[in-house]
Amino acid sequence: MTNFLLRRIGFILITMILASIIIFSITQLLPGDVARVILGQFATERGIENLREELGLNRPLYIQYLDWAVSFVRGDWGNSLVSRTPVRPMVMQRLGNSAMLAGLALLIYVPLGIILGVIAALKKDKLPDQLITGISMAFVGLPEFVTGLLLITFLAIGLEWFPANSSINPESTFREAFPFLILPAITVSLTGLGYIARMTRSGTIDVLKTDYIRAADLKGLPAGQVLFKHVLRNSLLPTVTIVAMGIGWLLGGLIVTEAVYGYPGLGRLIVYSIQRQDLPLLQACSMVIVAIYSISNLAADIIYSLLNPRIRVGS
Amino acid sequence: MPKKVLDARNLTVTYRTEKGPLDTVRNVSLKICSGEIYGLVGESGSGKSTLARAIVRYLPENGFLKEGEIYLGDTDLLSLSKAQMRRVWGGRITMVHQDPNAAINPSVMIGEQIAEVVRTHLQYSKKEAKDKALEMLIRVRIADPEAVARRYAHQLSGGMLQRVLIAIAMATNPELLIMDEPTTALDVTTEAVILDLIGDLMREYDTAVLYITHNLGVVARVCNRVGVLYAGEIMEEGSVGQVFKNKLHPYTRGLLGCVPRVDVNKKDISLKAIPGFIPRPDELPPGCVFAPRCELVEEACRKERPLLKDIESGHLTACRRYEVLKSYGEVIADQRQLHERTESGELVLEARNVKKYFPVAGRLRLFGKSKRQEIKAVDDISIRMRHSFTMGIVGESGCGKTTFARCIMGLEKATAGEIELEGELLPYSVAKRPRDTLRKMQMVFQNPDASLNPQHPAGEAVARPLKLLRNMNNKAVQERVKELFEAVNLPEDYIYRLPHELSGGEKQRVAIARAFAADPVLMICDEPISSLDVSVQAALMNLLVDLQESKSTSYLFISHDLSAVRHLSDWIAVVYLGRLWEIGSAEDVFVPPCHPYTEALLSALPIPDPDIKQESIRLRGSVPSAMDIPSGCRFHTRCPRKIGEICEKEEPPWQSIGYYHQICCHIPAEELQALQGEGLLQKGEGMAE
Repeated sequence: MTNFLLRRIGFILITMILASIIIFSITQLLPGDVARVILGQFATERGIENLREELGLNRPLYIQYLDWAVSFVRGDWGNSLVSRTPVRPMVMQRLGNSAMLAGLALLIYVPLGIILGVIAALKKDKLPDQLITGISMAFVGLPEFVTGLLLITFLAIGLEWFPANSSINPESTFREAFPFLILPAITVSLTGLGYIARMTRSGTIDVLKTDYIRAADLKGLPAGQVLFKHVLRNSLLPTVTIVAMGIGWLLGGLIVTEAVYGYPGLGRLIVYSIQRQDLPLLQACSMVIVAIYSISNLAADIIYSLLNPRIRVGS
Repeated sequence: MPKKVLDARNLTVTYRTEKGPLDTVRNVSLKICSGEIYGLVGESGSGKSTLARAIVRYLPENGFLKEGEIYLGDTDLLSLSKAQMRRVWGGRITMVHQDPNAAINPSVMIGEQIAEVVRTHLQYSKKEAKDKALEMLIRVRIADPEAVARRYAHQLSGGMLQRVLIAIAMATNPELLIMDEPTTALDVTTEAVILDLIGDLMREYDTAVLYITHNLGVVARVCNRVGVLYAGEIMEEGSVGQVFKNKLHPYTRGLLGCVPRVDVNKKDISLKAIPGFIPRPDELPPGCVFAPRCELVEEACRKERPLLKDIESGHLTACRRYEVLKSYGEVIADQRQLHERTESGELVLEARNVKKYFPVAGRLRLFGKSKRQEIKAVDDISIRMRHSFTMGIVGESGCGKTTFARCIMGLEKATAGEIELEGELLPYSVAKRPRDTLRKMQMVFQNPDASLNPQHPAGEAVARPLKLLRNMNNKAVQERVKELFEAVNLPEDYIYRLPHELSGGEKQRVAIARAFAADPVLMICDEPISSLDVSVQAALMNLLVDLQESKSTSYLFISHDLSAVRHLSDWIAVVYLGRLWEIGSAEDVFVPPCHPYTEALLSALPIPDPDIKQESIRLRGSVPSAMDIPSGCRFHTRCPRKIGEICEKEEPPWQSIGYYHQICCHIPAEELQALQGEGLLQKGEGMAE
C-alpha cells in the first residue's frame, strides 16, 4: 500500500511537471507581448524594452520557465498584470468559492444518482428504468446554459424561489452564499446526476448477474440484506471513481455555469485571465486545476483500493 | 427406514422465448431420500441446471413451471409465497454452485458468509454464529479456520473456496442439498479431495443430495442413485450398480462408450461416439427424443414417446427395446488396428532446457536493492518427439504445460533453451520464424469460440493458411477447403457458415481443419476437447487419431484430462511446477504409475465404473506459486511418499527405467514399482491387458 501510494505521488509530480511545461509554453505562444499589454498601446519602444529587461523577458525561455516554476513551488505566484496585486490570494479565494458550489452539488447529485441508478438496475428494462435512464441521458446531453436558463426562467423568475443571479461578493461565507448557490448547484447536478446514475446502474446490473448474488439469494437472506451487504458493496466501486473525477470538473470546469449565474468561482477567473491576457493569473489558475484533477484521481484510487479487498489485502 | 425428502412429480419447465414457449424439461420426476446422493447426469443443454432451479423455484424471469408438484418433506413448495421460499432457501434447501471463485462474494469475509446464514435461519446471536462458522470450517477440514474466516475469496484457492461453499451449505443442516457441478472447475487432484469430503460429510449428516454433473466417473465415485437426463427427459434411472452394470438405455451406453478408459488406448479401440447432437427444445423429434441418434431405433420408436418404466426393483428405463439391449452385453468399443510405426523415425521436435520466466511487476523500494521476482512458469523442460507419434503432456493447472506449448509455438518468447524442428534451430519468437516453419507447426486452441473470427465464414478460416502459407491459387484453395471439410466430417455447406451458427464441437472441427490446411508436421493441441461434451469429445478424439493415421502428423497433446491423454498418446510427459517429473511410453507411465505425482494424478481420476477399486492417494493443498518454488524436490510439499530431509534439500536425480522411461525422484525406481503392488487398478473382468 505504501509502495502504491509513493508510486502514485511520483506520477502526480511527473504530471505536474509536464503540465507546467505545457502551460508555460502555451502562455508564451499567446499573441501579444506582455510588456505591451502592461504599458498599453501608446507606450514607446524604449519603455517596452526597459520593461522587458526588468521583467526578465529577454532571458532564454528555459531560464524563464525554471525561474517561474521555482517561485511557483515556493508559493510566489507573481502579481496580476491587471490589478498589480499578488495572484495567490485571488486564486485561493475563488477556489474556496468553487469548493462551496462543488460541495453542495456533490451532496445533491451523488446520493440521488446512486439511488436512481440502483432503482433503475433493480427494475431493469421496466418503466422506472426507462424513465430514469431516458431523463438522465437527456440532462447529460443538454448544455448547462440551456438547463441553467430553464431553471432561472422557472424557479427564479417564475416562482421566485431562488435568486436568478449569483454574483455574490467573492468574500462571502458559506452561510451568506448558500441561497445563491442552490440554482447553480442544481444546474451542475443535473449533468452530474446522469453520469452517477448510469455508472451505478451498469455496475449494479453486472453484480446482480453474478453467481455470488444468486448464492446470496439462495442462502435465504432477506432481500434488503442481499442488496445492501452483497450487491452494493461491489457495485458502487466504479461509482467512486466517477465521483472523484467529478470533483476536478466541479472545481475547475464550471466555466459555463459560473458564467450563466455570474458566480465568482475559479472557472470565471480563468476566463477573465484569458480575456485580459493576465499571464501570471492564467498560469496559476491552470496549475491549480491540474493539481486538483491529479489529487482527486489519487483520492479515487485510494478510496477504491480501501473499499476493494482484492487490492487492499494481497493474496 | 430413510424418509423421502424430495418428491418432485412430473415437472415440466417452460421458457418463454422469441419462438414461443419451449418446454426445456418435460415430465421429470425425482425422489430423493435422506442420506441418499442422487446423481443427475447429462450433457450441456440436457436441462439439468434448469431442473435444479425449478426445484428451488429460482428460475430466470422467462422460465416457469408449467406442470408438476414439488414436495419437500410434507411441504408443498409450490404453495409457498416468495417470502416463505426465502426461509426454505438456505435453511431447508441449500445449494453449492459450479464455480467456487464466482459463487463467493469478493468483498465479504469468508467467516461472515457462513455466519450470516445461521443468523438468518437459526436465529443465532453474533457470537454463536461466529463460533458456528469456525466449527463448519473445521468440519470441511480447513486448517487454521480462524485465519481463513477473516480472509477474502481472492486469498483462497479454488479447492478451499469449494470447501467454504460446502460449509455454507451444510451450516443449517439442510434437508436437501443441491450441488451443481461442484467439482467441474477444479483440478483432478482437488476434485478427488472434494469428492472424498462430500462422501465423508454425507455419512455424518442425514441430508438428501441432488448431485448434478456431466461426469460419469464422479457419479460412480460418490452417488447411490443416478438419473440420466437427455434433452429434458430422464432416460434411465436406478442405483449406481444397476445403471453402470446393466445400462438399460442406449444413451447411457453411448455416454459410457465415449469415455476413454485407462487400460486401453487408440491402438486397440476407437471410442464409440454418439452420432449427431442433442436436439434443441424447439426441434424435438415426435417419438423418443434419442431416436435420431440411436443405433437400435425402429419405426415404433419414432412414433410414440416411450414412458419411463420400472424394469427391476427401482431400475427405470425409457427405452422400448431394453430387452434387445440386454442381450448385447457389455459396451464393446470398436477394435482397431493402427499401422505399426517405427520407433526409430526421425526427430520432429527437440526442445532442450526450455525456460520461460515472467517478470513480476517490480516493487518500488526506497532502501536496499529490490529483489527481482520472477514467475518460473517453465523451468528447464526438455522433450524429443519422433515423426507421427503423439506426446501427451499432463499436469495440474498452473504447472506450465500451456506456457511450454506456447514457447514451442513461439507465441511466448522462451527465456532460455533450444527448440529444434526437424533438426533446424528455431528463433524464439514466431515473428522471426520463416514461413515454412510456420507452416510446419500448427496449433489447435482450447476455446474454439475465441480462436475463430466471428465475422469470417468457417471456410475462410480454413482457406487462410492455404493462401498465406502454401501460396495456392483461388481455385486450388476452394478444392482443398472442400477436401478438408470432408476430412473433419463437416458437410460442405458449412464452409459458408459463420462460427456462431456452429456448435462447439463443429467449431473445433473447423479449427482442426484450419490447422491441417497448412499440412503441418507437428500439431500442438492445447486442451482441444476440454470445453466440449463427452460424446463430442469422443468423436473429436477419433477424428484426431484418424487424421494422424492418414497424414502422419505428430501431435503434442496438452490436457489435464488424464483419460484423454492416455487414449491419444504414445508418449507421456508429466509436468509439475514448470518441470518434467516422468517421461515414457503411455503404458510405462500409467500402467502402473511409478512417480508419486503420476500415481496421485491417476488415483484422483474418477473412473466411470463403480467396480474398479482405486487407491486413494490424495495430494494436500494446491500447487505452490511458481514465484516461490519449494527447495529440493519441488513436489516435496505435497508428496505422499516423501522420505525425509533429502527431499527438502536436494534436487532429485533422473533415473532410467526400461525403454526410454525416466523418472525424477529420490526414491529408487525399483522401490516405487514395488510399492504399486498389483497396480493402480484392481482390474475387474473384461479389462484388457
